[in-house]
Amino acid sequence: MTARGADGRLPWWATAILMPVLNVAVALALSALVILLIGEDPVGALGTMVVGAFGSGTGIGYTLYYATSLIFTGLAVAIAFHGGLFNIGAEGQAYIGGLGVGLACLALGGWPWWLALPVTVLAAMAFGGFWGLVPGWLQAYRGSHVVITTIMFNFIASALMVYLLVNWLIRPGQMSPESREIDPSLFLPKADEMLGALGLEVANSPLNLSFLLALLACVAVWLYVWHTRPGFALRTVGANEDAARYAGIDPKHVIIITMALSGGLAGLLGVNEIQGVQHRLLLNFPAGLGFTGIAVALMGRGHPAGIVPAAILFGALYQGGAELAFEYQTISPELVIVIQGVVILFAGALEHLFRPALLALFARRGKTKPVEA
Amino acid sequence: MADSLLWLLSLLDSTARLAVPLLLAALAGFYAERAGIIALHLEGKMLAGAFAAAATAAVTGSAWLGLLAAIAASLALAAVHGFASISQRGNQVVSAVAINTVALGLTAVLANAWFQIGGRTPNLPADARFGEVTLPLAQSLSGVPVLGPIYAELVSGHNILVYLAFLLVPATAWVAYRTRLGLRLRAVGENPSAVDTAGINVARLRYQAVLIGGVLCGFAGAYLSTAQGAGFQTNMTAGKGYLALAALILGKWRPVPTLLACLLFAFADALQTRLQGVALPGIGQVPVQLIEALPYILTVLLLAGFVGKAVPPKAIGQPYVKDR
Repeated sequence: MTARGADGRLPWWATAILMPVLNVAVALALSALVILLIGEDPVGALGTMVVGAFGSGTGIGYTLYYATSLIFTGLAVAIAFHGGLFNIGAEGQAYIGGLGVGLACLALGGWPWWLALPVTVLAAMAFGGFWGLVPGWLQAYRGSHVVITTIMFNFIASALMVYLLVNWLIRPGQMSPESREIDPSLFLPKADEMLGALGLEVANSPLNLSFLLALLACVAVWLYVWHTRPGFALRTVGANEDAARYAGIDPKHVIIITMALSGGLAGLLGVNEIQGVQHRLLLNFPAGLGFTGIAVALMGRGHPAGIVPAAILFGALYQGGAELAFEYQTISPELVIVIQGVVILFAGALEHLFRPALLALFARRGKTKPVEA
Repeated sequence: MADSLLWLLSLLDSTARLAVPLLLAALAGFYAERAGIIALHLEGKMLAGAFAAAATAAVTGSAWLGLLAAIAASLALAAVHGFASISQRGNQVVSAVAINTVALGLTAVLANAWFQIGGRTPNLPADARFGEVTLPLAQSLSGVPVLGPIYAELVSGHNILVYLAFLLVPATAWVAYRTRLGLRLRAVGENPSAVDTAGINVARLRYQAVLIGGVLCGFAGAYLSTAQGAGFQTNMTAGKGYLALAALILGKWRPVPTLLACLLFAFADALQTRLQGVALPGIGQVPVQLIEALPYILTVLLLAGFVGKAVPPKAIGQPYVKDR
């Protein structure tokens, strides 16, 4: 018997921790190569990134603010993965979810934020969920593949938002396509305000209450996927659709519900961006964070406990990358996108690259040492 | 009358120009997908090609060296996709997403670092681009009514890559349906184990298909930055790779219908810029965003079987594992 292909042979920590760490190491090494190619010093650049992301209160605030959005989109991609679905449409779903938040905020006028929050959360999930549900329905009942459909829906969302903002939502007498600002009473409290009320002095940053909402979403996803009946159905369909059908589970239902939930989670990005930070509807506020959710979900191994650190890592890359671009004229913030792509490649498509070597390593160790219980 | 003919000709002329990158990428996708490899990575290959072509042409002043660089860059990404999809049997969608992401980031980073003008490459002078080719007799025949202007305005006066792209359609159809390689490629996308049983190397065939696609996407990228445009801009493909894939699907994975789909998408694009702020009789003003979104909506409707039915190659996306 060979070790190759035996999936369960690696200890859990090797799969959950060692492999992601290896993936990040490879991604960082390749990025260092890129920085060398540009003619800068990789070690200095890395230092600037770390200091930029974690070296100040503002830096940490920005890191966690990016992480908030990435937790939402990472969870969105992950929950779909568990159902065997690849949702590339988190970007569009987040965009439309934000539209729901913006419309709710514009309609609610002077409501206090805590009263409005349940409404905006529902609006985000309903709008984003709808944008995920339609591709899900099309896959379940019409046989069109969710990958292509969600990509198309990203473009349709983008055209729709331009249309709505340019023709309907634009503030009269203004050139740039943005809505009017929402009522200040609706603004979500920022971290510095909340902690300030507790007597803690924290630097000003866009980090807001949505971060707690994101952590709550992690708990909810964990409970749903691993501790409920529909969650079990979801994982069964993802593992083997035929077996699921044989066990009396209707995969069609599961696909539709999963895509709606996935879209709904992505839509929550709108709460962070629109109600938390921008306070108005504008063009392209998801800014690629929906796509980054793919890397976050892959690196976090689809588990909320992995998605949170992965989101913080990518949040740090975004924030550190911005600092890096500020510090070095020759390095642009798009370096983060390169790192993201390499992580997707090694954590996703090439995940088997390291596995045989690791398996061999552990098999050899097993021979020389007695296996620990 | 002559005015509306000229308007129509200029509309069709733009259509042809806008169709070329879609067509080249869609044909690239044709080879990969018919061999069973998902071609979601067209966007990244095209973008890398566009940057390599513009950067090389800017430095050397030669559009042809730029084209070679574009092909090399696109081939490199195609090889990565092939390695992940064929040798490593990885998830092809994930691999493609990774390649598109790396290409988007890397081209922006390198453009910014090497040229330092905000993620662009310098504007290329005319002799570092693919210039217009005036076909023989275009001038002297332009006086002939109707046919003269059509020949002079529409057929003549494009750059060489345009003619290449349109010639590649019958060439691809010939390769796919009249040669041994084509038969094998199509077979390996439908039933790889049958091909394997016949003693033909499945992995090798699939690599060939993916690499042919790499060359074609290199052409598409070079066209964008050194023929249609005069330099590279960050994310200048802006979804054209996905649109090309949509055209391939709309064309039901066949060369000539794919050409028609590319022309339709390009026509919508050309029309859209001309319809801005124009009220049509009986309909009123059509939102340009609707025309922009039309190709995507059409693709969704087609895939859902609401307009016709598209049947993908049977073995697409499935890594081939030899039994035993």
